[in-house]
Amino acid sequence: MKGIINSLFSQRRRGRTVSLLIVTIAFIVLQAMVMSKSLSRLLISLLVPVCAYIVAAIGLNLNVGFSGELNLGQAGFMSIGAFTSVILSGILNANGISGIPVLILCIIAGAVMAAVIGWLISVPVLKLQGDYLAIVTLAFGQIIMSLINNLYCGIDAKGLHFAFVTNDIVLSEGGKMLISGPMGATGVSTVSTFTAGFILVVIALLVVYNLIDSRRGRAIMAARDNRIAAESIGISISGTKTLAFVVSSCLAGAAGALYALNYSSFVATKFDFNSSILLLVYVVLGGLGNMSGTIISTAVLVVLPEMLRFLQNYRMLIYAVVLIVIMLVSNNAFLKTKAEQLKKKLAAGKKGAAENV
Amino acid sequence: MNYSNLFKTGLAAVMALSLAACSSGSGDNGGSSAGTDTAAAIKLGASGPITGDAAVYGLAVQHAAEIAIEEVNAKGGTQIELKFEDDQADGEKAVSAYNSLMDWGMQISLATVTSGAGQAVAPNYEQDNIFGLTPSGSSTAIIYKDTVNNKDPYGVLFQMCFTDPNQGTASADYLAGHTELGTKVGIIYRSDDNYSTGIYQTFKAQADKVGLEIVATETFINSDTDYSVQVKKMADAGADIVFLPIYYQPASQILVEADKQGYTPNFFGCDGMDGILTLDNFDTNLAEGLYMLTPFSSDATDEKTANFVKKYQDKYGETPNQFAADAYDCVYAIKQAIDNAGITADMAQDDITAAMIKEFTSMTFDGITGLSMTWSASGEVSKAPKAVVIENGVYVGVE
Amino acid sequence: MAFLSYLISGLGLGSVYAIIALGYSMVYGIAKMLNFAHGDIIMAGAFAAFFAMTGAGLPLIAAALISMAVCTLLGVTIERLAYKPLRNASSLSVLITAIGVSYFLQNAAQLLFGSDTKIFPSVLSGSFSLFSGALSVSYLSVVTILVCLVIMGGLTLFINKTKTGKAMRACSEDKGAAVLMGINVNRIISITFAIGSGLAAIAAILLCATYPSVYPTLGSMPGIRAFTAAVFGGIGSIPGAFLGGLLLGVIETMAKAYISTQLSDAIVFAVLIIVLLIRPTGLLGKKVNVKV
Repeated sequence: MKGIINSLFSQRRRGRTVSLLIVTIAFIVLQAMVMSKSLSRLLISLLVPVCAYIVAAIGLNLNVGFSGELNLGQAGFMSIGAFTSVILSGILNANGISGIPVLILCIIAGAVMAAVIGWLISVPVLKLQGDYLAIVTLAFGQIIMSLINNLYCGIDAKGLHFAFVTNDIVLSEGGKMLISGPMGATGVSTVSTFTAGFILVVIALLVVYNLIDSRRGRAIMAARDNRIAAESIGISISGTKTLAFVVSSCLAGAAGALYALNYSSFVATKFDFNSSILLLVYVVLGGLGNMSGTIISTAVLVVLPEMLRFLQNYRMLIYAVVLIVIMLVSNNAFLKTKAEQLKKKLAAGKKGAAENV
Repeated sequence: MNYSNLFKTGLAAVMALSLAACSSGSGDNGGSSAGTDTAAAIKLGASGPITGDAAVYGLAVQHAAEIAIEEVNAKGGTQIELKFEDDQADGEKAVSAYNSLMDWGMQISLATVTSGAGQAVAPNYEQDNIFGLTPSGSSTAIIYKDTVNNKDPYGVLFQMCFTDPNQGTASADYLAGHTELGTKVGIIYRSDDNYSTGIYQTFKAQADKVGLEIVATETFINSDTDYSVQVKKMADAGADIVFLPIYYQPASQILVEADKQGYTPNFFGCDGMDGILTLDNFDTNLAEGLYMLTPFSSDATDEKTANFVKKYQDKYGETPNQFAADAYDCVYAIKQAIDNAGITADMAQDDITAAMIKEFTSMTFDGITGLSMTWSASGEVSKAPKAVVIENGVYVGVE
Repeated sequence: MAFLSYLISGLGLGSVYAIIALGYSMVYGIAKMLNFAHGDIIMAGAFAAFFAMTGAGLPLIAAALISMAVCTLLGVTIERLAYKPLRNASSLSVLITAIGVSYFLQNAAQLLFGSDTKIFPSVLSGSFSLFSGALSVSYLSVVTILVCLVIMGGLTLFINKTKTGKAMRACSEDKGAAVLMGINVNRIISITFAIGSGLAAIAAILLCATYPSVYPTLGSMPGIRAFTAAVFGGIGSIPGAFLGGLLLGVIETMAKAYISTQLSDAIVFAVLIIVLLIRPTGLLGKKVNVKV
C-alpha cells in the first residue's frame, strides 16, 4: 500500500496524481453541492464551460508549456470541434439518436476533425520558430473563423446541404438549418453534462501525462530546452513537435464539441483571437507545464467575471486590474525570495521533526 | 511547499471563497436595482452588453428601462424592481446572466438586448417558463425554434421591435413602390452580424419577388475600418440607391466615405440607423436625404416622447436612440399587462407567465415607438413601420 | 484606373498600419515583448486628439502635440508600472500583463468617454485629379504616405546616427553586454516606449483622419494588423515594418476589391502564411543562426 502511494507521489508521477486528485475532489464536492441544491444556478451553468475551457487549456499547455511553441490560435481548433459536432449531432438527431451517444460520438468526431486539421496546419506552422510561428497560428485561427463565419449547412430528408458565402440552400419540408453563417449554429440539442465534462478533463490529463512520461514526451521537452542538442542526439524535432501540436488541437476539438453541445446557439466569432488569448492567459497564469495550475487558473478566471457582476459595468475594468496584479505579484522578486525562505524553513522543520523521532 | 504550490493554494483558496460567497449570498448582491424596497415588488430582469464592443446598445436599454421603472413606480400600484445584468452580447455570457437573474428570483424579463445573445438563451426561457419581452432582439431565432419556416414559437418570448425579415420585406416593398428614389439598388451589409444579414437575406428574397434590380452587394465585418472599396464598388456599379441594413456607427463611416469619393446616391436604412444624428461631432449634412424605416423619432412632439427624451438627456447627457425607446416601451407594456391581469409578486411563476402571455396576445398598447401595437401568439409585434427622411437635420415622415 | 485608385487607398491604409507597426516593432526589438496594449495607446491618442480639437477647439497641430504628449506619458507610465517589475520574468508573463493593460485601457475609456462612436473632425479634405480626371487622389492619402516615409527616415537616422539610437541597437543585440558597456538599459527601454507611444499618437490621428470614428475598442484591430505587419516584414526591422504595413494594406484592399469582401480577412492571413513559408523570418527579417 505504502509502496503504491510512494510511487503515485514519486517525482515522476506527482504532477499526474495531484492534478487527478484535484479534479476528482472538485468533481465530488461540486456534484454533492449540485445534489444538495446549495450551488447557485449561475455556478451550475458554468460547470460545463469551465470543463471545456480546462480541456482546451490543458491542450494548449502541452503546446506552450511542454513544446515551447506560442500558439495564438487554439480557439480556432475549439471552433472546428464545435461546428463539427453541430453537424454530426444534426445528422444523428435526424436519425432518431439522442442523448449520451450523441455526446460521445460528437466529442470523438470533433477531436478527430480538429486533430486532422491540426496535423495539416502543423506542416507549415512548425517550419517556423518563435513569434513567426505564433503569428501563423493566429493567422490560421482567423482564417478558420472567417471560413466558418461564411459557412451554411442545412439538413433535410435528402441529407446535408452546404453553401459557402451566399446562402442558397433550399430545404424541403421538415428541414433544419444547422449552421447559418454569421448567425452561427442554432437549435443545437444540448446534451453536455458536468459528468461528461469531468470525464473529458480526466481523459485529457491522462493523455497529456502519458505523452509527457513517454519517450516521445521527453523528446518534446528536450527539443524545447535545446533544439540543437536534441537534434544532435537524433531526435526528430518536427516529428515530436507535430505530435504535441496535433494532440493539443485534438483536445481543443473535443473541448469545442463539449462546449457546443452545452449551448443551443453560438456563433463562429465566439472563437476569435480574444478567446485564444484568454486560453493563453489561463495557461500562463496556471504555470507553463503545470496542469494542476492550469485547471485551477482556468476555473478561477472563468468564474471571476461572473462573481464580479455586482460591479456592473466596472467589472471588466476590475478584472483587468486583477489580472495585472496577479502577474505582478506572482513575479515579484521579494515575494519569491520570501516563499523560498518559507519553503526552506518548512523543510528544515520537517527534517528536525524527523530527527526528533 | 514550493513557490508554485503556494500560488496554487492561494488560487484554490480564492476559488473556494468565491464559491462560498456565492452559494451563501445567492440573493441580492447589489446590481442596478431601480425599484422600491417594498416586499411586493415584481422582479423584472434584463440582460444586455454594458461592457465591450456593443456596450452602447446595452447601456441605452439599461438607462431607458431605469427611467421607465422610476416613472411607473412613482405612479403607484404594483411596484416593479429592475435588475440588469451584463452579457457582452455573447451567447455564453447571456446564459450566465440569465442564471444569475434566476438566482435573484426573476419573474418577468426584458430578455436580451442583442439577437445573438437572445437566441442562445431562448430555450432557457421556455424551460423555466419565464415571460420575456425583448426590446431590440430582432432575429426570428429569438422567438421561433424553426428559423427556416419561422414556425414553432417558444411562446414565452415577445418582441418590441420589428423582426429582421419584417424589416427586409418592408424595405424592399418600399423601394419597389418608390422608384423615384432610385432603381439600381446597391447593398452594403455587415456579414458577421445577425441583425444585418437577417435583414439582407429577406430583403434580397423580396427584391427578387417584386423585381428590384440589385446591381451590387458588398459586405464588411466588425473589425473593418476601411469602407472605401465597398463604396467605390457601389459607385462603379452605378447604384443610385444604396440600402444599408446596418447600425448607425458604420453607416456614418460609409456616408463620410461616399462624400469623400463624391458619390451621391440616395441611402436607405432600417431601424438600426436611428441614432446617426446624435453621433458626437457627426456632420449631419452628410445624412441629409437619408431614408430609413424607423418606428421612433427622438424629436417627435407628442408628450410621451418629449418627456422621455428630456429625462434621458437630463440624466445621461445624450439623446436616446431606438434601443432606448424600445426599452422604455417594454417597461410600460409590461406594466400595462401586469395591471390589466392584476399580477402580484406572490403569484406562482406559471400563473404570472400565463397571465402575461394572455394579456400580450389580447391587449393593445400605445407607446413611443408606435400606436395600437398588438402581438401575435408567436410573439411578433405588429406596428406600422414608418419611413422617414432626414431633412435639415431632423426626421420628416414620408409616405 | 480602378486598379490604381484601389492601389492608392490600399497604400493609405497600409501607411497607417506601417506607422503602428513601426512602434510595435521598435518595442519588440528592444524589450523583446509583444505589446498587445499598443493598439489601445492609439485609442487613447485618438481620444486625446478628439477632445483637444472638439472640446478645446485647438488646431490640428496643437491637438497632435497634445495627443503625442498624452500617449508618451501613458506609454512610459504603463511601462514603469506594469512592465518594468517584470523585466526578469518570462516573456509570456509580460504578454499576459500587456493583455491585462489592454483590457484595462479599453474599459477605462468606455467608462470615461462612453461607448458610443464619436466622429473625428475632418482635418484634411479634398482631392486632386490625375490623368485628366480619370483618377482622383485625396490629399489625405498623400499626406499619410508622406508622413509615414518621414517617420521611417527619421527613425532610421535616429537609430543609426545618435548615441541613444546606438544604445538601443546594443540593447536589442545583447542586453547583458549593453549593461557591461555602461548603457542604462532601463532608461533605453523607457525611451523606446516613449517613442513607440508617440508614434502611436501620430498613427491615431492619421487613422482617425482617414476613418473618422473614435470609440474605446478602436485600437484592437489595427493593433493585431500592425503585429501582423511587423511580423510580415520581419519583426524588429524598421524598413520591414514599413514594407509589411504597406503590403498588408494593399493586399487587404485588393482582396476586397477583386476577390471577396467577406473573405478579405482570410485572404490577408493566407498571404501572410505563404510569405512566411517562403521567408520564415519575414520579408526583411534577419536570419538568426543559433550557434551551439
